[in-house]
Amino acid sequence: MTRVAGLLDFRRLDLLATGDSSLHRLDPRAKVIVTLVFIICAMSFDRYAVAPLIPFFVFPIAVITAARLPIAFLLHKVALVLPVALLIALPNPWFDREVLLQLGALQISGGWISLLSIMLRSLLAAAAAIALVAVTGFPAICGALERMGMPRPLAVQLLFLYRYMTVLGEEAVRMTVAREQRGGGRPLSIRLHGALVGRLLLRTWDRAERIYLAMCARGFTGDFRGGPPSRLGRLEIAYVAGWSGLLLLLRTHDVTQWLGAAALGVLR
Amino acid sequence: MSHHLVEARGLSHIYEDGTVALKDVSFRITHGESVAIIGANGAGKSTLLMHLNGHLSPTSGEVRIGDTPLTKETLPAIRRTVGLVFQDPDDQLFMPTVYDDVAFGPRNQGLPEAEVDRRVHEALERVGVWHVRAKPPYRLSGGEKKRAAIAGVLAMAPDILVMDEPTSGLDPYARRQLIGLLGEFRHTRIFTSHDLDMVLDLCPRTIVLFEGAIMADGPTRDIFADEALLSRCQLERPLALQACPVCGHKHD
Repeated sequence: MTRVAGLLDFRRLDLLATGDSSLHRLDPRAKVIVTLVFIICAMSFDRYAVAPLIPFFVFPIAVITAARLPIAFLLHKVALVLPVALLIALPNPWFDREVLLQLGALQISGGWISLLSIMLRSLLAAAAAIALVAVTGFPAICGALERMGMPRPLAVQLLFLYRYMTVLGEEAVRMTVAREQRGGGRPLSIRLHGALVGRLLLRTWDRAERIYLAMCARGFTGDFRGGPPSRLGRLEIAYVAGWSGLLLLLRTHDVTQWLGAAALGVLR
Repeated sequence: MSHHLVEARGLSHIYEDGTVALKDVSFRITHGESVAIIGANGAGKSTLLMHLNGHLSPTSGEVRIGDTPLTKETLPAIRRTVGLVFQDPDDQLFMPTVYDDVAFGPRNQGLPEAEVDRRVHEALERVGVWHVRAKPPYRLSGGEKKRAAIAGVLAMAPDILVMDEPTSGLDPYARRQLIGLLGEFRHTRIFTSHDLDMVLDLCPRTIVLFEGAIMADGPTRDIFADEALLSRCQLERPLALQACPVCGHKHD
């Protein structure tokens, strides 16, 4: 049960977003823009890039530290993308056998390097996205996207998707508890799994509908108002300019190599 | 004219699968009244509540709030007037913190943030859960959740409060506290409940539904004294009006 609860603990992410640090207080649009710049920069390297990706970890780490977010919890959430990334990257070593790196007797093929690259990029993207949600909150992100020109129906769809994921998670926890109670520790047959998933969807559907009714009862008209209105001030401009500058520098110049060369120079 | 009137005229509702949930229901609830709608499971109570807030539209007949018929155009105004508190507070509390949840309604009304803050503060103080404002709703006790859900509706400053099973799932102490709180409100109040002792405490008037039709509408005391009516509608007298199980002494 704890495992399921841990997997689907979106509520805690929501709660983190109610914190009060200078990062929390920034206009959500600034944070969304920087995260987008980050993801575009990190994703646009060629497929064998590994070393140039490493310095990009500075961004999620800086956000997590500055906003005083619980790092263990976030790492756990980030780690959830690894199996998916591995699934995508796993065929590479089979198809791409050209040796790119020779370490003594060990020959490393391009496939393995691109696998590592995909894993790193997934980690980076997940870390940045989760850090963004944790300092901004999902409703505020949707609000920001809408203010930046995303069509409103799409923004509201996104919001409901997120909301109902939480609902689905909670229903899943309840059903798992009920099942474990009477399951006697035996694994479920595939057929029973199918039935459970079907029931889960129906229950989630029902509850989602009740929640939607409750929202309408309190004047919801398809317009999400997350909190006090914010605006793009000097702080936001500085935040966007500073990070974009650094990220573009990391994208266009091989900082790892510079640092390596500088370190060697010091040693000599 | 007052906005605090609730009127149903010949209200009928037939669900898509052919189930007749309401049959020619008519009543008029006036300013400041506190009315219970009681009935066995499946009698149509929830369907009726869903009509008062425009979540369901009648197959025939109409609902009027104040002088306004409930239509698509008047719906936003009516939802400001009629505050609906759901049976399960978990369905109603969906924002990350209690404060944000209570602020949800006023923010949807487009009020300035200072006014939103004032309303949230007032509503949470009113129901006695201001101290848990920063907590996530799922961490509250059942009684606190119920109060937070009520605060969420109070913050919208409705004239009419409609509550589905307000005391369900509460322990006896929380139930007693909540009944005390609900008794202090001066809104026009409509409750559905199986908790007939609560009805006895809070509602001078009761409407009895059975299989979608109104079987009785009158003073609560008279209805609970009518043994034949109650058993016909599959209801039981409230415990407070039954003979004492120990000494056999009968109230009243």
